[in-house]
Order: sequence, then structure tokens, then C-alpha cells
Amino acid sequence: MSDTTIEVDGLYKRFGHTLALDGVSFTVAAGTVTGFVGPNGAGKSTTMRIILGLDSADRGTALVGGRPYAGLTHPMRQVGSLLDAAALQPSRSGRNHLLWIARSQRLPASRVDEVAALVGLGGAARRKAGGYSLGMRQRLGIAAAMLGDPPVLIMDEPFNGMDPEGIIWMRAFLRELAAEGRAVLVSSHLLSELPGVADHVVVIGRGRVLADGPLPDLITGGESLEDVYLRLTASAVEYRSSAEPETGR
Amino acid sequence: MTALLASRGRSGLRDATRAEWTKFRTVRGWRVALALAAGLLVLFSYLQAHGKHTGYCTTPSPTSCVGGHPYVPDGAGGGAVADAYELASRSLAGDGTITARITSFSGRIWAGPSNEAPSLAHTRPGLAAWSKAGLMVTSSTRQGAAYAAVMATGAHGVRFQYDYTHDAPGLAGAVSPVAARWLRLTRTGDTITGYDSSDGTTWHRIGSARLVGLPSTVRVGLFTTSPNTYGGQATRATAAFDHIALRPSGDGPSAGAAATWRATSTGIGPRDFYTALGRGGERRHGETILVTGSGDIALAVADAGPDTASDSLLFGLVVAMIVLIVVAAMFATSEYRRGLILTTLAATPRRGRVLAAKAVVIGACGFAVGAVASAVAVPFAEHVMRANGNYIYPAGPLTVMRVIAGCGLLVALSAVAVLGLGTILRRSPVAILAGVVVFILPAFTGPGVLGGPGGGGSAVRWLYTVTPAAGFSVLGLLPRSPLVSFPYTMGNGYYPLPPWAGLLVLCAYVGTALAAAMMVLRRRDA
Repeated sequence: MSDTTIEVDGLYKRFGHTLALDGVSFTVAAGTVTGFVGPNGAGKSTTMRIILGLDSADRGTALVGGRPYAGLTHPMRQVGSLLDAAALQPSRSGRNHLLWIARSQRLPASRVDEVAALVGLGGAARRKAGGYSLGMRQRLGIAAAMLGDPPVLIMDEPFNGMDPEGIIWMRAFLRELAAEGRAVLVSSHLLSELPGVADHVVVIGRGRVLADGPLPDLITGGESLEDVYLRLTASAVEYRSSAEPETGR
Repeated sequence: MTALLASRGRSGLRDATRAEWTKFRTVRGWRVALALAAGLLVLFSYLQAHGKHTGYCTTPSPTSCVGGHPYVPDGAGGGAVADAYELASRSLAGDGTITARITSFSGRIWAGPSNEAPSLAHTRPGLAAWSKAGLMVTSSTRQGAAYAAVMATGAHGVRFQYDYTHDAPGLAGAVSPVAARWLRLTRTGDTITGYDSSDGTTWHRIGSARLVGLPSTVRVGLFTTSPNTYGGQATRATAAFDHIALRPSGDGPSAGAAATWRATSTGIGPRDFYTALGRGGERRHGETILVTGSGDIALAVADAGPDTASDSLLFGLVVAMIVLIVVAAMFATSEYRRGLILTTLAATPRRGRVLAAKAVVIGACGFAVGAVASAVAVPFAEHVMRANGNYIYPAGPLTVMRVIAGCGLLVALSAVAVLGLGTILRRSPVAILAGVVVFILPAFTGPGVLGGPGGGGSAVRWLYTVTPAAGFSVLGLLPRSPLVSFPYTMGNGYYPLPPWAGLLVLCAYVGTALAAAMMVLRRRDA
């Protein structure tokens, strides 16, 4: 496998009595955007945290470019990640937030200004991050992920809080990353965000991979995306109002 | 290969440390807190020093009191000394030998109330353990002069001592008419040698001293002095000398008891610090000279009533420590409060390295605050205290540097420990509370709470020996001397542990907190 992959193999993770991951396996190939879709609590974030060495799996492996993340010397030069855009010290400016990350990866300060410009943060970079809108925080998070110019990118719900203009920008940005040959894993709880972005989709529910394939293959007949999603996740949602259609039963 | 891995490990720590330093310095509140801590340390030191005034009274009635402190001489060894004694002496040009026998040595101990100036009105018989009578060679009778002496003592047998701190034992046992002690001092150039004998025939050499720069003409004679007891009562002693012979080398005539011996009382004037009992003097009975004296010839310990350069530091130091404890707790817990720990650990997956880098940053900040502020505060407070008439115990530049570095280390170590607590607890109010309880509170339950000066004995000793408060030992500046019988207690300004030992006790606590934090951080999901 090349440097530009994510390989997740048989991940199990239990939190108390809850089995959060129940044998999750999938692969993200170079030059593709892979959508990682599932309802809230399906295990998307837990899987991403395990890939990034933040949580430990009870069983199974997660490799990035063939190696465990925790063994990488300057990991953010290999894997850029955005987990929680709100995770900022409010009194620190966006630029200084990027600066400390750059220092940790031994990247020059000039790289900070490059990525700030890349995500269109502009003059806001010098303001305190506490005053940022959610969309600006997402852009700052993307900038942080791009600091090390990594071949692999992992983003948890990057469309959250973005205005329509931001969503259009984000889609183009993700396509461009894949076109540059990078492997991109993007989670979303809305399948509708992914057409035109994701080449490949991994659907997860209750800690299991429910579907894994090219997006067009998942849509059968004249189903809308919402129908597809509901069909795939029906058995995996812990609670759904009885007023909603119970497709797939 | 191993070297390569090691260098990679070091550079990894360097990257993490630069990242943590960037994090620290880009939060304005934390920078302000550091400046505040340093400012408060200096401010409180000034206030402490400013509130301290000394005056003393030279006569009880009519009362005559002046501002300032009594005279404390500097001894030949460089420290403050007590130099108060009675001496019957002759001058000796060039080399020579003095011999005498002591046949009796007795004294009186002040038995009146301790808050009254001692007088001969209320006394009981007895000697202090370090009452001294014997032969002395001294460059002059000025206080603090270089000397060497061989002497009988109250409870420590015959001793050869010189320049206030040097001591060698001779014959054991107390002096009495049936156990008289023969003593001899010989001067040869700069070297003085002391001998003793129980019969005047068989002599034992006890020791010798090189008194560099001793003038060719010196004072040689019979002295007596008697220090305060362990309990602080003033004493006075009288010794009977006979078989007195001062022989210059060469063909000069020998001087005996019948010759003229000049009586000098040194260091018992109204402006001298050492508390004497009555006045000294000499009497003759035929071939015997009785010398009566009070005082001490030894290092001045806390009985000189001194302040030290670090006295005014304590409160401000504790305030600075609390500020740094708050900053350290926030430096650790802000990661969790905002979820920033995800980014931090994604950037540096080796979690021990993250904690080490944070410890280096907060430790360096704490050290800088403590050391820089105390480097300003110590000379400043000393100046203010001197201007208020206080006596400051002399401390050499190395000792002052130790106190300054010690202040830096105290602030740094408590901050690093709380960084560990904050990492474990993840919530700053709890971490701050734990930090203050463990690292500050023991110091405040010290002498003031557990008993008055000198009181609270074992509890206070225990606090400053096994709790983190032991770290404050680095502030200790008062000297101890085995030649001075004195209660070296917290109440009198003496920490139970030596400076660096106390700091090691604190280090053990800090190391435990850091190790626990390291373990928790490694095992826990981020």
C-alpha cells in the first residue's frame, strides 16, 4: 500500500456497556474522497479518534500509510485532521493557534500565513478565536489540517455550521485535495452533503459497516438519497419516531 | 542507531516544548499573571521589610533608648560572632609560650524571670556547658579579632579553639581542685599550638592553628567567659589560675603572677548585643589570679536577634506560588475545557512528551518569576530593613544566590506539581484547591498556628520535614554551631532540614504528581 491510504481493520471498542465499534473495517484509497456516513452515535467519531491515536481500540488496527498514527514523528505532515472545530482557546488568535501547531511539527511560521490564505481566513487570523463564527472555526480547522501539506486528511463533519457559500467552497476544496492524489476521509450525518464530493461511501450504524462502495452503486432504482440513507441505517438507529416511515422492515 | 533514536527523542521534545511555549505566550492572561506574580512578590517583600523596625535600650532607668541595633562584630572567619570575655593579658613580642594551671572553675546562672535584664540579684550556682576559661593569644582585644585559645569548659572538657568556629578536644572531665588542668599555648611565627596536661609534666598536644597575618606583637593572657544556657539564662564564671608563666623565646625574662597583667573587658558594653551577667574582673591571692567573665567567644547564632535577607520574602513568595499554581492549573485544564487536547495529542502522539514539554514551560516560567522577583526583592528589602535600624545577618554572595535560586525552584516546582494535578483532575477549580492544600497550606500551619515561637515543636518540625513545606528550607540563612548551646528551632528561625535536603523532599512530591499524571494521560482516551 502507498503512503496515501487509511486502512481500518476489525476495530472493536466498548464504552462501559455500550459496544461503540463492532468490527469496523474499511479502506480509504489515494486520490479519492471517501464519505463516512451514519446517524449520530453510529461510531464515526470514535473510529476517527482511534485512527488518530486519541482513543485506543479494544481490538483491531488502524494504519495510516501502513503505520500506526502514534508512531509517526511529525504526524501532521502525514495526516491532517479536523475533529472538533470549536476546540480553540478563545483568547488566542487564529494565527497563533496555527503557529503552535506549526511549531509542534517543525514547520516554518511562513506556512501559517500560507494556509490561512488557502482557507480564506485572511485578516480574521489575527483576531481572537473566541469571536469566530462556526464557519470561520471550520476554516481555521481546515487550515490546521493543511499545515503539514499531508497526503492523508481526516475530517469530522466539516460542513457543520457553514453557510451555502462555505459549503460550495468546501466541496470544491475537497475535490481538489483528491485530485492532488490525497486520501480524504470525510464524515457526515447527511448523505445529501456528499454527491459531487465523495467518490466512495462507507455507511456505518451501531458500530458496524452497513455499506461500502462507490456512491452511485448504493442508489438503486429511483430512490432519493434520503430513502437510501434511511434504508441502510434503519436497523442501526437506536430510536426513531414511529411517525417516520420505517423503510426496510 | 540508539544515538539516532535518542537525538530524535530530544528533538521531538524540543518541538513539543516550542509548541507549548507558543501556546503559553499567546494567551495574554497568563503573561499578565506572570508579571503580577513577580510584582506581588516584590511588593509584599517591601511591605514586610517596611514594617520591621529595631531599637534598643542602653540603660534600664532612666530609660535611654535609641533606634538601630546593638553592635554585632564580624569574626575572623567572615560570619557574625559573639566576642565577649574578660582577659588578663601582657603583650608578647615575637615567639613565646604561656603556661598556667586552672584549679577551680565555677559560676552563677541568672534565675530571675526571662523578661528581666539579668543581674547578680537572682542567681543560682552553676556553669553553662560552654563556659570557658584558659589561655589566649589574640591579635588585639578588639571584637572579632583573630585568636587561638586553649581552655577548660563547663561540660566539654579541655578544648583548643581558634577563630570562633574551629575546635579540637583535649582532656575530658570537669576542673576541680583534685582534677586541676594544666594548659599551654606556644606561638611560633603564625602558628599557635595548644597543649594540656593533668600534672604539669606530661604534655599532650591538642591542636594548632595558623593565624595568617598575626602581628609580631600580640596580647597573651588568661581569659574567662560564660555564655547563655540552652534555656537562654545569662551566666558568669570565675576561674582560678596559678603556676602562671609567660616566657618569650630567646633570653627574655619570664613573667609570673606577680607581673603586671592588664585587665580588659571585651564586648559587654551597653551597645554590644551579647547579654552578659554582671561585670567581669580580676583578683589576686598570692600566686593565684582569679578571672571572672561573662559572654561568649563563638559564632553568633540567632541569639544576635537578627533578621536575614530572606525574612521578608516569605509572604510574597507564597503569593507568587499561588498565582503560578492557578496559571499551571489552567495551562493543564484549558486543554480539556475546550477539547484542545485532541489537537495537542494529534500533533504529539507521544503523550509523555506533551506533559514533559508543558512541565518545562511552566517550570521555566515559575523559575523565572521566583528568581527574578527575589533577585530584586532581596537587596531592596535588605536596604529598607537596614534603614529601619534592623540588623541583617551577613550572608555571602553564594548564599544569597542560593536563596534566589531557591525561590525560583519553589515557584517552579509547585507549578509543575499542579500541572500534573490539573492533567489528572481535568478541572481547574479542583486542581487549584488541591495544589493550594498540598503545597501552600502546610507552610501556613507553621509556627504561628501550631504554637508560639519555639513552641509547637515536634508538629512544626514534622511539617517542615515530611510535607512539601520542607521546600521552604532553601530560605534558611541562620548558621548553627556545635559550639553554641541554643535551641535551633523553627521558632528561632531554623528550618529542621538543610536547604537542598528540604528541596529534595518537595521534589519527591512533585515527581509523584508528575508520574501519576504521566500514567493517567497515557492510559486514558483523550
